[in-house]
Amino acid sequence: MAIAVGRMCGAGLLKSSTASSLIQSSSYSTREWTRSRRILLGSLGVLAGGAGALLFALDQSVKASDLDLHSPKNPWSHSGPFSSLDHASIKRGYEVYKQVCAACHSMRFIAYRNLVGVSHTEEEAKAEAEEQMITDGPDELGNMFQRPGKLSDYFPSPYPNEEAARAANNGAFPLILATLYQLVMEVCNKSFTLSVGHIYRKAAFHPLEYLSASEDYIFALLTGYCDPPAGIVLREGQYYNPYFTGGAISMAQALFNEVIEYSDGTPASASQLAKDIATFLKWTAEPEHDDRKKMFIKSIGIFGFLIALTYYMKRMKWSTLKTRKIEFKPRK
Amino acid sequence: MALSSTLYNSIFKRTSTFALACVACAFFFERTFDLGVDTLFNKINEGKLWRDIKPSEEQ
Repeated sequence: MAIAVGRMCGAGLLKSSTASSLIQSSSYSTREWTRSRRILLGSLGVLAGGAGALLFALDQSVKASDLDLHSPKNPWSHSGPFSSLDHASIKRGYEVYKQVCAACHSMRFIAYRNLVGVSHTEEEAKAEAEEQMITDGPDELGNMFQRPGKLSDYFPSPYPNEEAARAANNGAFPLILATLYQLVMEVCNKSFTLSVGHIYRKAAFHPLEYLSASEDYIFALLTGYCDPPAGIVLREGQYYNPYFTGGAISMAQALFNEVIEYSDGTPASASQLAKDIATFLKWTAEPEHDDRKKMFIKSIGIFGFLIALTYYMKRMKWSTLKTRKIEFKPRK
Repeated sequence: MALSSTLYNSIFKRTSTFALACVACAFFFERTFDLGVDTLFNKINEGKLWRDIKPSEEQ
């Protein structure tokens, strides 16, 4: 490339002074270092690399001890590096959430305004919000009151608090459908002493809480209910699902063929419902998904140009060194 | 070399004109680059985006 540019621009661009290039290249050499400095930096590098390798090995060994069934990878239409989410699927997924999931699961980090321009127009989102009664207040007498929802309201929770949810669900907490980031922030806000390890241990017991990037898991879990194999005894109110850690899950199978009717007329098979709710949850976990992928295309364009420029500048700076000749003069 | 010397004398020689040229180029570059990337992204994801499922205005 440098040759082509050089041919087009003449020799003018390729000129660089020998002295400055020599000074620059000498700063990349370790030849000038003292012995102790070399040993110190060398051992530091080995230590850091070893610690990284140890952490990686420990992490892998923890994963190998899991005994639950791993969900198969599905070809999602948004899994390509430039692929956006399927917004028609998000809209259907919202219908599934509203008519099926919302009976037990809360989603209190998403507001109706978030739907505008993603799956609903402003009027549609307002209509969705007005269907719900939101507790607001206090009024001038100090009483809480009910009012129809507004765009700025968050999705209402089916239970007032965690204890009420547990009491209504046989002691099991219907997990909040939310993003990893939001949940980590919430856990951190509750208690500053919780370590990251604690959060990840918690994730191992409650995989549903950590929905980010696991739409395959949700799909497999929602469609994976089956009769328990011989020898597995389930307590009352428990169901068998091989994709759930331990197999015994307190959530009954929720998605069946034609359990709801889609507004766009898509046949509502159980797998279609599971696919749409998984896409909707993917969007709630990563609302920035489409913008991020657009930004990736932009960064390829910009960085591609910068890499070409950097390569050309490197060739230019090094040209004096690369074209040097060393002459050996034998002693007479 | 007439073009390059004209370019040098009129723009690159003075810091004021050079800075002005940078700002103007950045403005036009960003507008066209963003437009190009948006078009490309919409073309790749034809049929999946909000603009494809959005109800039309007259309804």
